[in-house]
Amino acid sequence: MSTDLSKTPDTTTGTTTEASISGAEIVLDEVVKQYPGQKVPAVQSLSLTIPAGEIVMFIGPSGCGKTTSLKMINRLIEPTSGTIRIGGDDVAKQSDNELRRQIGYVIQGGSLFPHMTVAKNIAIVPKMLGWKRQRIDERIDELLDLVSLDPGKYRDRYPRELSGGQQQRVGVARGLAADPPVILMDEPFGAVDPITRQRLQDELLSIQRELRKTIVCVTHDIDEAVKLGDRILILQEGAKIAQYDSPEVVLGAPANEFVEDFVGSGSSLKQLSLTRVRDVDLIHPTTATVGESVAEVKRRAEANGDTSVIILDQRGRPRGWPWLRQLKGDTVVEPTEDLVDVDLASTLNDALDTMLSSSHGGAIVTGDRDQYVGVVNFDAVTDHIRAIEEKARD
Amino acid sequence: MWDFIVERRDDIIFNTYQHASLVAQAVLLATVIAVLLAVVVVRVPALAGVANVVSAIGLTLPAFALIGLLLPLTSIGVVTGFVAVTFYAILPILRNAVVGLQQVDETLLESARGMGMGQLASLWRVRIPLAWPVILAGIRTSTQMSMGIAAIAAYVKGPGLGDYIFAGLVRIGGANAVNYAVVGTVGIILVALVADALLLLLGRASISKGIRAA
Repeated sequence: MSTDLSKTPDTTTGTTTEASISGAEIVLDEVVKQYPGQKVPAVQSLSLTIPAGEIVMFIGPSGCGKTTSLKMINRLIEPTSGTIRIGGDDVAKQSDNELRRQIGYVIQGGSLFPHMTVAKNIAIVPKMLGWKRQRIDERIDELLDLVSLDPGKYRDRYPRELSGGQQQRVGVARGLAADPPVILMDEPFGAVDPITRQRLQDELLSIQRELRKTIVCVTHDIDEAVKLGDRILILQEGAKIAQYDSPEVVLGAPANEFVEDFVGSGSSLKQLSLTRVRDVDLIHPTTATVGESVAEVKRRAEANGDTSVIILDQRGRPRGWPWLRQLKGDTVVEPTEDLVDVDLASTLNDALDTMLSSSHGGAIVTGDRDQYVGVVNFDAVTDHIRAIEEKARD
Repeated sequence: MWDFIVERRDDIIFNTYQHASLVAQAVLLATVIAVLLAVVVVRVPALAGVANVVSAIGLTLPAFALIGLLLPLTSIGVVTGFVAVTFYAILPILRNAVVGLQQVDETLLESARGMGMGQLASLWRVRIPLAWPVILAGIRTSTQMSMGIAAIAAYVKGPGLGDYIFAGLVRIGGANAVNYAVVGTVGIILVALVADALLLLLGRASISKGIRAA
């Protein structure tokens, strides 16, 4: 992968607009961590380059040194020997507190300070950096917006008044607060339920599309690593590198038996995490807009051979997916169900998950600003798996 | 009884004020000392046990005995009373402050460090505010206890309502013995109730809404 920084990104071609990289390269050079009283070093000579603007996932069995390695980057743990450079600067030569203010740090559950409001939590690092009050206030609103929380509603709430997923979002916003080039995440989405985790991961990816930070993230979940990582670093005991490569290569060509075991069986299933919903064919069942005549909608659905319709609101956002027999009255009213949909950028794995919990055998797909795009169904997924298997056989 | 109070009105008000003032100052100083000690204690885990033993033994030490021990050092007067009250006031606050500071979640402190907060900033902006409800509970206990200790301090010519209690004791069987004792005792109870109410209000104002028991 090569990135030419001299050229401005081309926004006229291509489907997504490439933002310019705001991250910095991290280089670990023969980094060792030996705890006193332990025979074997926790980290034995780790050398690694993390390219600017990429997400690198650290993964490995517990006790492999992945968290230790992460924490040495912001010197929460001091290396015994070796050097770590961020954007060319040796971290050991900077004051530890100054260094940490320039590195975002996000840990499990968000780890928000319960006695501070959402706004105060986010403001911590900017305040320490001496930002003006007005700049901080603007930044708080901007960040809450970025993590899909309405600033007016959530700015002055306390962490205990938020759900787990919302707390985690604020945790991410806090990590981004001072616009650091590097963000370290330690199992950031470990404490939330699977559906929320999936949403948070999607959001992180879309935030990253916009910001292009260098993100180093520790996880124990190979699916998460495959989904989020531009590269995956698989570590063995003593933080020995088992493999460091793109998810495609790690899944398709495991470097050794350890990686094979770790990645686990069902690698074609895991491939589902590499494919985005936008890469498969969507179907387009009957839709109806709130306010339309029910009789008309039923006629249309029957003509299409559909037994259910997707109801959109006036702004084209999906609101419900009722069976025809559930449509009552003269005009279509806005449904109150809690519709779970997937984003165009969601993985097939997530889509499959959503499909399994849907009685329609499909998942509604939305694009930017929650606009309805279509439906992904089991056929699309099985077709995709078949294609992968055929490719593997050749 | 009423005449007794009316006659000594100014004197009673003055002594009540003195009593409240002695306790307030002693508890304030005790809070500062106890929190500082607690900060040291939680940094050096070996000291936690020592602190607990000291506060347990300290609380069993009779106030009279302590005042007796202090006399050669501080002689008769306000200072002895103040030192004795402060000494006792420290103990419950110290115990609560140690527990409160220890209870703060390690991961919160690490995330403070991870964001580049220095030791002092982390203590002042994260650890103490989170421990504050527990510390304040210690201050309330301490204040109640100090009301009684301050009364005993009157024995060595300390200020306050204790004077009336001792005056009553020396006059046992005399005309105003009961009046003296009742004024002293009820006065102390009233001061204690007012102080407790004030501390409750302080809690409302100073404990973050985010951690206040609903």
